[in-house]
Amino acid sequence: MNDVLDFRNGIKDVVPTLFGYIGVGIAFGIVAKTSHLSVWMVLFMSLIVYAGSAQFIIASMLLASSPISAIVISTILINARMSLMSMAVAPYLKDESFAKNIGVGTLLTDETFALSMNKMNYTDNKLDSHWFNSANLVAYLVWALATVAGNLIGGLFPDPAVLGLDFAVVAMFIGLLYLQIIADRTRPLARHFQVFLFVALAMFILMRFLPGNSAILVATILGCIFGMVVNHND
Amino acid sequence: MTSKVYLTIFLCGLATWLIRVVPFMLVKNFKIPPMLMRFLSFVPVAILSAIFVESLLIYHTGHWPSINFGNFLASIPAIITAIISKSLLAVVVVGVIAMALIRFLGLV
Repeated sequence: MNDVLDFRNGIKDVVPTLFGYIGVGIAFGIVAKTSHLSVWMVLFMSLIVYAGSAQFIIASMLLASSPISAIVISTILINARMSLMSMAVAPYLKDESFAKNIGVGTLLTDETFALSMNKMNYTDNKLDSHWFNSANLVAYLVWALATVAGNLIGGLFPDPAVLGLDFAVVAMFIGLLYLQIIADRTRPLARHFQVFLFVALAMFILMRFLPGNSAILVATILGCIFGMVVNHND
Repeated sequence: MTSKVYLTIFLCGLATWLIRVVPFMLVKNFKIPPMLMRFLSFVPVAILSAIFVESLLIYHTGHWPSINFGNFLASIPAIITAIISKSLLAVVVVGVIAMALIRFLGLV
């Protein structure tokens, strides 16, 4: 990663995350096939919903003939945390046009959000829509293609889990978290570890009562409040 | 059945889109209080921590979560690679190979 915020560097910076999209995308395509979704439904879902875990839940709830209202509510609960990421990115694009803000927001994912936060450690806290759009667009297209490919080849190829590809997305978040912790010099290293440990403990306790996806939202909010409290004297 | 699937996907997509873009509209049109900015400055580390820890746990309705041993084991070489290389690509490649080995050796 460097300090250049153009279209070409957006493509270059997003490459390492693509393994995650491909691994999870193929897995989703296969699951969708076993849930009796056609390749057109898979493509439509990847282009319209464009959210990993929500798509798995939608496929399984459709298979279980759940009512539309229940599926939409589940999707909102799973994706609610995205509003936090959008809120965190938006101030850095405030000077760009309304349309460009909508464009970046429309294709924002966990991965491109984390990438952008990492990128800012190299660019003196600046972001722009050219860099963001290219990273977002590449991720969007790769995701759609991977899910379609998984749906088409489902059953022919070994399960991506056997190849360890399902772990690509976890490994990517490990890398992004570590790089964020060491690169963000706005506060001491120990502060980042305190937030991490607090969030880890909160996740464990919350998952006694809530499924993982809802726990992520609550633990993140609690983690930010914890950070504000312990950071008060810095 | 087919039209129900497409309608469901469309509505889920609309809801997700609003979740993604409404914060951009709010920030564009209103001044953000410094308190909120301070809160948001913790979002990257907090949310990535939560996503990572979620992958290490398995949810069981009404019980304490259990440890996902496969992900837990594969995370160790991935973290070491992150510290040594500081390269996202290296972390992903090592993580995937580690997971494939763990499964191949029947450790999980």
